[in-house]
Order: sequence, then C-alpha cells, then structure tokens
Amino acid sequence: MANIISDETMDYVGILAKLSLSGEEREQAKKDMERMLDYIDLLNRLDTEGVEPMSHVFPVHNVFREDVVEHGDESEQILANAPEAKEGAFKVPKTVE
Amino acid sequence: MSLMSLTALELGRKIQNKETSSVEAVKEALTKIRRMDKELNCYVTVEEESALQKAEEADEKIRAGIWKGPLAGVPMAVKDNLCTKGIRTTCSSKMLESFVPAYTAEAVENLERAGAVILGKTNMDEFAMGSTTETSYFGPTKNPWNAEHVPGGSSGGSCGAVAAELCSFALGSDTGGSIRQPSSFCGVTGIKPTYGTVSRYGLIAYGSSLDQIGPVAKDVSDCASILEVIASRDKKDSTSVKRSSYDFTSGLNRGVKGLRIGIPKDYFGEGLNEEVRAHVLGAAHVLEEQGAVLEEFDLSLVEYAIPAYYIIASAEASSNLARFDGVKYGYRTEDYEGLHNMYKKSRSEGFGAEVKRRIMLGSFVLSSGYYDAYYIKALKTKALIKQAFDRAFERYDMILAPAAPSTAPKLSESLQDPIQMYLGDIYTIAVNLAGLPGISVPCGRDQKGLPIGLQLIGDCFQEEKILRAAYAYEQTRAYERCPLAKTELF
Amino acid sequence: MSRQYETVIGLEVHVELATKTKIFCGCSTEFGGAPNTHTCPVCTGMPGSLPVLNRQVVEYAAAVGLAANCTVNQRCKFDRKNYFYPDNPQNYQISQLYEPICRNGYLEIDTPSGPKKIGIHEIHMEEDAGKLIHDEWEDCSLVDFNRSGVPLIEIVSEPDMRSAEEVIAYLDKLRLIIQYLGASDCKLQEGSMRADVNLSVREAGSETLGTRTEMKNLNSFKAITRAIEGERERQIELLEMGKKVVQETRRWDDNKEASHAMRSKEDAQDYRYFPEPDLPPIVISDEWLSSIRARQPELRTQKLIRYKKEFDIPEYDAQILTSAKKLADLFEATTALCKKPKKVSNWLMVETMRLMKEKGMEAEDLSFSPENLAKLIELTESGTINSSVAKEVFEEIFLKDVDPEAYVEEQGLKTVNDEGALLEVVRKVIEENPKSAADYRGGKEKALGFLVGQTMKAMKGKADPGAVNRMLKEQL
Repeated sequence: MANIISDETMDYVGILAKLSLSGEEREQAKKDMERMLDYIDLLNRLDTEGVEPMSHVFPVHNVFREDVVEHGDESEQILANAPEAKEGAFKVPKTVE
Repeated sequence: MSLMSLTALELGRKIQNKETSSVEAVKEALTKIRRMDKELNCYVTVEEESALQKAEEADEKIRAGIWKGPLAGVPMAVKDNLCTKGIRTTCSSKMLESFVPAYTAEAVENLERAGAVILGKTNMDEFAMGSTTETSYFGPTKNPWNAEHVPGGSSGGSCGAVAAELCSFALGSDTGGSIRQPSSFCGVTGIKPTYGTVSRYGLIAYGSSLDQIGPVAKDVSDCASILEVIASRDKKDSTSVKRSSYDFTSGLNRGVKGLRIGIPKDYFGEGLNEEVRAHVLGAAHVLEEQGAVLEEFDLSLVEYAIPAYYIIASAEASSNLARFDGVKYGYRTEDYEGLHNMYKKSRSEGFGAEVKRRIMLGSFVLSSGYYDAYYIKALKTKALIKQAFDRAFERYDMILAPAAPSTAPKLSESLQDPIQMYLGDIYTIAVNLAGLPGISVPCGRDQKGLPIGLQLIGDCFQEEKILRAAYAYEQTRAYERCPLAKTELF
Repeated sequence: MSRQYETVIGLEVHVELATKTKIFCGCSTEFGGAPNTHTCPVCTGMPGSLPVLNRQVVEYAAAVGLAANCTVNQRCKFDRKNYFYPDNPQNYQISQLYEPICRNGYLEIDTPSGPKKIGIHEIHMEEDAGKLIHDEWEDCSLVDFNRSGVPLIEIVSEPDMRSAEEVIAYLDKLRLIIQYLGASDCKLQEGSMRADVNLSVREAGSETLGTRTEMKNLNSFKAITRAIEGERERQIELLEMGKKVVQETRRWDDNKEASHAMRSKEDAQDYRYFPEPDLPPIVISDEWLSSIRARQPELRTQKLIRYKKEFDIPEYDAQILTSAKKLADLFEATTALCKKPKKVSNWLMVETMRLMKEKGMEAEDLSFSPENLAKLIELTESGTINSSVAKEVFEEIFLKDVDPEAYVEEQGLKTVNDEGALLEVVRKVIEENPKSAADYRGGKEKALGFLVGQTMKAMKGKADPGAVNRMLKEQL
C-alpha cells in the first residue's frame, strides 16, 4: 500500500517537530517520508501477535541515586552557551499563556 | 620512522620507555593533520595548543611514574558527538557550530585519566544520522584509501583519521553500525560494545536505546585496551551496566579452537557484493583452519531489522533533538516573530536535510493514532529479533558476517536514495536492536583496492570471545597501511 | 433555567515532593536563589546529559499511594511527554503514562449526606518545569530553571465530585494525608500543591458525561471554588443557548474572576508519549513495599483517637490539633518537653489560633519552636510570670520565636514575689483611693476589682494577681 502524506499532515508534523519546510525541500521531505513509510510497512508482514514490546533490551531495573545535594552554583557555565541571556536567565521572545 | 604508523600500544610502550615522548607524537600527528586533512577533512576541530600542552603534562607525569598505563601520552581523536569541556562539540551540525560544553563525556574522561591526549574532534554525519559522513555541515570526509570514495559513517572522521594515521586511535559511536561500517570501509578495526558497557554520559544522543561508544584503532589489541579504559559502570548513566569483568585483554591469544561460529545464510544472500562475500567467507575458513567450528544457519527476520530500527531511532531522535531550540545553546535564527516562529526557523535553518527527515518521520510515527501501528510494532519486532539472536547464541559462541554489503561507495552516490543508503546497514543494525557487541576487522580488499571488513557478533557481554577470534584472525595477516599514510611527510 | 444540571468534577493535583534534591539530578530543591543557581547539565537539558532517578521520590509516591488506598504497581516505568515550551529544557517532560506507580485508590470525604468515596484513578511521578519571568522593561521573557526537575506526583481522581464543597473536602483530605506523610508541605499559594479542575455538566439523571474542560492556575481554595462556579455557569449557558462545550484547557484569572481558553494553533496537544529509554523500569519488591508501609507515620484518624485516650483531650480539641500536621507536631513535641498536654493544647487552641487568624497565616507557616512554648508554660506554672504577661510573651514567641526565659529577664517581666514591696504598694493604693476603700468596706465587692487593677498598674503588671487580692483584703 502506497502511503500518501497530505499537506495537512506535513503542516501538522511541522507543528509537532517545530520545523517549517518550504518549496522544494518540503516536497522532497514529503516524498521521502512516503517512501520510508512504504518501506516500514514491510513490518506488517511480520506476525507480532502476543509479543511483549521491548523498550529496554536488558532486564536492568531500580537504578537510583540517593537524595543528596551534589553540586552548587554552576549558573555561569550553564548560561555560557545561551544565544541570549539577561540577569542570569535565558532570554526568549515574550511568552504568555 | 613515523610514530603515527605505530599502533597505540606500540607508541604507548615507546613513550613509557622514553624512546620517544608524547610531545613528539602529538607534534607529528599535528603536522600530518596540517598536511593532509585539508583534503581528507577527518577533523572538524583541531586543538593544537591544548594538545601540545596536555602532551607536555603527560610526559611529566610519565617521567614522574604517575602514569604507567598503556595509553599514557598517546594522541587520540574524538568523534564530535562526545562532549569535551572547553572544546567545541558540533555533532557536525550548524545547530551546534559554536557549542562549547561545560563537561567532558565519561568515556573521554576515562581516557584522559589514563593519559591519552585529545588532538581534536572528528567529522561525522550530522548528529550521527547517515552512513557516509556526507551529511556533515562541515563537508564530507574522504576515504584515505581513495579520496573519490566515502569513508562510511557516521564515524567516518574517526575511522578515516585512524587509517590516514592522523591519530593513534579514535573514539566513535555506533547506533546502527556507525563504528563497524566505516571501520570496514577504511580498513581499520572498530568495536561496538554491548549496550551499557560504556557510559553514554556526554554522548549527544541520537537513538538513546541503541547508541553505544566504542574504540577505532589499527588492530584488535588496541581496541581491547581502549575498551578496558572506557568501559565503566557510571552512576550518571542509568543504562550503564555493572559487568562481571572488565578484562578485555588478557585472553586475546587464547585462540579459537573449539569456538562455534554461526554463519547466517540470510546475511550472505541477495544484495551482498561477490568480492565482499568471498573475502568474508575466506576469513571464516582461516578461523576454521585454526580450530573453530563453522556452521551455517538461518538467523531469520533480517529484513525487518531496518524498518524497526528506523522507527525506533527516528522516534527517539525526534525527542532527543527537541532540546535544540535556540534557547539554551546552539543556533538561533536572526529574525523571528514570537516564540514558535523562533523555534521553527532556528531548527529549520540549523538542521540539515537528513536530520530533518528523521525528526519528521519520528514525530509522525509517535503522533496520535500511529503509535501502536508503528512504534509498538517496532518494539515487538525488536523483541523477536532479540529472541532470534538468543536462539543463535544457544548454539554458537559468535556469529560471523560481513560488516557491510559492499565496499565504500563513491562520494554523493548514496545520498540520492535514502532507502538504498539505509539498506547498507543491513548487517549491523540488528546488533544494535539486540544490544549485542560487534567488531569489524579488515579482511582484504576488493579489486579497486578498497578495504573489506569482517564482522564478528557476540552474545551480550561476550566481548572477550569476539576479541579473541578477531585477534586470532588478525595474526594471520599483516596490517595494510593505506597508501596515503605511507607518503613521506617532508 | 428550566433544566436541572449536575456538575461532574475530577481533579488532577500536582504536589511538589519534599526531597532535598531534584528528581533526576543532585541539584537542590531549595526555594529562592538567583535564577539558574540551582541547575546543572541534567535539569537544563544540556546535550549528552542523562537522568538518574532519586530513590526518595519513589518512596514518597508509594507512601502517598498506600495512604490513599491505592494499589502500588510493583513494576512501573517512565515515559517522555513531548511538547515545546521554553520552561521545559529538553522540550519533553519525563513523566509516567503507560505504567504509573499507583492506581485505583480512593479517599473518603464527609458530605452533608454522609461519607463519600472519591476514586483515585492513578498517581504518577514526573518532573516540574522551570519558571518563565516576564520582563517588565523589554518585550521578552526570561527562563529560570531552578524549579526544573523538582519532583512532582500527580494524583488523578475519578470524576466523582459534584460540587465545589466536595472538591475542597477532597483537597483538604489529600493535603492532610500528604503533610502527615511528610511528603510535601502542600502550600497552594506557593505552588507546592496545584490543582487542575476537569469539569463538565450534564442534565440531572443523565448517565453519559458531558464534554469537559480543564482549568489551570488555581492557587487557593477560594479560586478553586470560584472557578468551579464560573465554569459551571459558563457551560450551562452554552448548552442553554444550544451551543457545544469545546474540550479545551482554560486558564483561570483570579483578578478578573474569569477563565480564558489557552488555545494556540502552534499547540497540537499531541504529546507523542513513548517509553523513556534513558531510565530502566522500577520494580518495587514486596520487601520494599512493606518497609515503606512500616515506616508510614501515624495519620490523622489514628492520632485523633490517641490524643483522646492518651492525653484526655476532648474530641473537638483533638479535631483542631490534628487538622494540620504542623499543629499536631507542635502539640506532641511541646507536650513531650513539658508533660502538660492540656496547657499545650490550650495555648495552641486559643492564643495560636487567634494570632494565626489575625495575621492571616496557615498552620504550615507557624515557625515557633516547641522548646520555647514549653519554657513559657513552665514559667507560668511556676508563677514566675502571670497569665497576662504570659500572653504578651507568647506573642513574641509566635512572631520571633524568642527564648521566653531570656525575654522575661531582659524585659523585667517577672512577677514580684517580694511581700514587703507589694505590701507597701497595696498600702499606698488604699491611701490614694479612700473612696474605693470605703466602698469595699461598705460591702461593695466591685470596688476591690478597681483596687486590684490600680495595684497591678503600679506594679507594671508584674505582680501575682492572687497575692494582690489576698493582701488588699487583709489591709482593708
């Protein structure tokens, strides 16, 4: 089955992924995605009925840290790469809910 | 004699014996980089000054008898997705063109503690997404064996630098074959350890459940020694595992007598280049002559590994790369109107095409209504693939396979068709899904003179076995230096 | 309005846990501090950083689950919730969707028609976001990640509540349990407890649920009550006009006493949850669970019974003393020091309550130490100070936690027990007030009160009123 990605889907995924593609790049991405999905559809041939999905490959569990403060003020380093900072904080365009 | 032609262990011994020094070695490496890397483009960043300074410190500590390890003073290259404090770490992306981390990745720190000296950061496919090192924002790396060909990827810069002798060894990362495939294309040895063996702390994540750091070097002994240094249970990485043994070197020369090696018929079928098949099977027979027991078998599910991988890796990547938004670090677009426009423009301008393609795909497969059909299906497929390997390892000590279906393609050939490019990872990807260790060692060259890699895949935590077999095989042939590396410096 | 409507309410309550460090890194959770001074690569989403779970978060979450009659899932794991927002450093929040730590609990609340069970659908663990500060001078916002990664539990109720009163009763009960467990201080104003209200209306008698809205930014019981009333009216009005309620998130503005939709076309509300690959699952063994259960402190109901029995405190007083963990703690600690439960109860019930009301404080805000209250009680009992001085000293303790012994000494407030000195004053007062003296002698009992007052005034309040009384009578 050939997958068709609509313009609406491209817009929607663009909102989710915070990417805006336009023109040729967008058409190419759309085509690539359709082809990838066609290829991925190969999995439909595989019977996975009753198989437990595996997110972690090893049965490791309960990896914890104790509730102990480990570091002090690192704000200078944390802010060192900020494109824009002000008064020790990261600066972003005005954001109101 | 060139110090860079030595293996890391040979050089380390000479430095310990005061036959040479770390400073001498670093100077030679830097000279070679200056001479050759304009053409090859293995490095994104070379840190001449700090490398020389560290080399001096290393020499002092070695003289004082503080550093006695085999890698003390040895110059290394680090893939540019491993954070290095004070040295910019770009992931070969415009997004991180000027990002300077505040901390060093655990694996790199382990090496620095052992006295190894960082020369610089190596080129890669942008955010490790690619198989050719052509998706780098800083231009492609060229294969030292033939500059018209790619070095493979995504650790192409690290493998190219080792082959061209622009460092003594390098670190790479492997999410779907990114150490083993370029090692194969560049005629060097690279190992992807069992998931959890090397801390991922400081590795800029692509597919978190698949990523693993590993060494790239001239031979198996080097790889084993480097692995011994970088492997650790790190409390900063919850997925790092406490292994029962961290000894990867003492059993190297135990030989292969009695080892059962499975040869998956489905890895030697359609799509495999004839010359590659012949050399890999030739290597198998060498191991057989040394006493290993070969048996063909059906691994099954081979064709499902790539689609499952692309769902899982893209989904994880879409989330892992969400943090690059122009707020805390990295690229921020010049002009924008409001927050969301800033996000979209920064990310659309900062990421390259392949990265965007995978983020889009990953966001789509996780989106409402598709999660079960794609993501859960992929996780179930992964479970079945793991079971198939488990069954194989009930009968065999290891699996023998090619590292890649062909030798290195020409530059810009692969990018035309992404699916064709993805298919190039068919023998490496399942190993990541199952968390297994895999090593690639050179096993000959094709008629064009391009290297071919033999891949040995072990059961989880069985690095010792595949290293032993790779070492046994390696002893039967001489290391082939690439012609470029042999050219005189002056 | 011709038709009768029923309001259906469910709550999502976020509670900040009282851990010393954040959920996935060793940064302090302490309040305040300059922006980004409690941050590290992990809680600012630096590339290459990885989360490691704070064990105490699991313990608190399980403890709350047990106290709220939940099943603690012995296997749970984390998922990523993906959405872009500047206060969310990774642009995903580590939370639990598929396998949360607790499920299927309930709390019993009192309603006018008797006790009622409010179902708890689940409790899950997650990380808090940072804070956005809106710059007053420039057209921009500033991001501070000090709160980013502070551990939260989200307690999701079933839609079992039918009125604002039931909501408040449920929240009160929940808050008290969590405070008693020491898992959080649950201050609504400061945001360590936050409630989102899911509300729908339906015609009375209808079995199907109406379309619900989610209301955020409710930071007091008053705001919650108003928001519920406002939203109920808004929805009924829509339905009466033949319009539909839109499923959406609304933000309550307490100043305007109105809510507005938080909609944006750039906001798809599609969180693309998937299992967090950086964190292995959590397995809570029977042993671990029973050790959490064994460490469970005494909750309110048990305390209430014990206070009545052990300290012979009346029901009403015991109710008040246990109405806040802080009060109960103060009561027990002070009683342990001075061994006078009735006196302690009296100070807490009368003077403490009066001052709290006067200052608009909650029990959690009380900052005086049991040691100082105990000392004050000793001073009064021993007659070192009289009761009116004691009240004055208590106010100082309440406000500044002063040491009453030192304070009484410094201020010279000790009751004067020097009989000779007192006698002198008494004689003088009688002399200066001959009319009152005559009145008393003439049988006017009231006149004695005036003379006592005059004596106390002359003694600057430092006399024992009993002694003054006795001595006046003797001298008259």
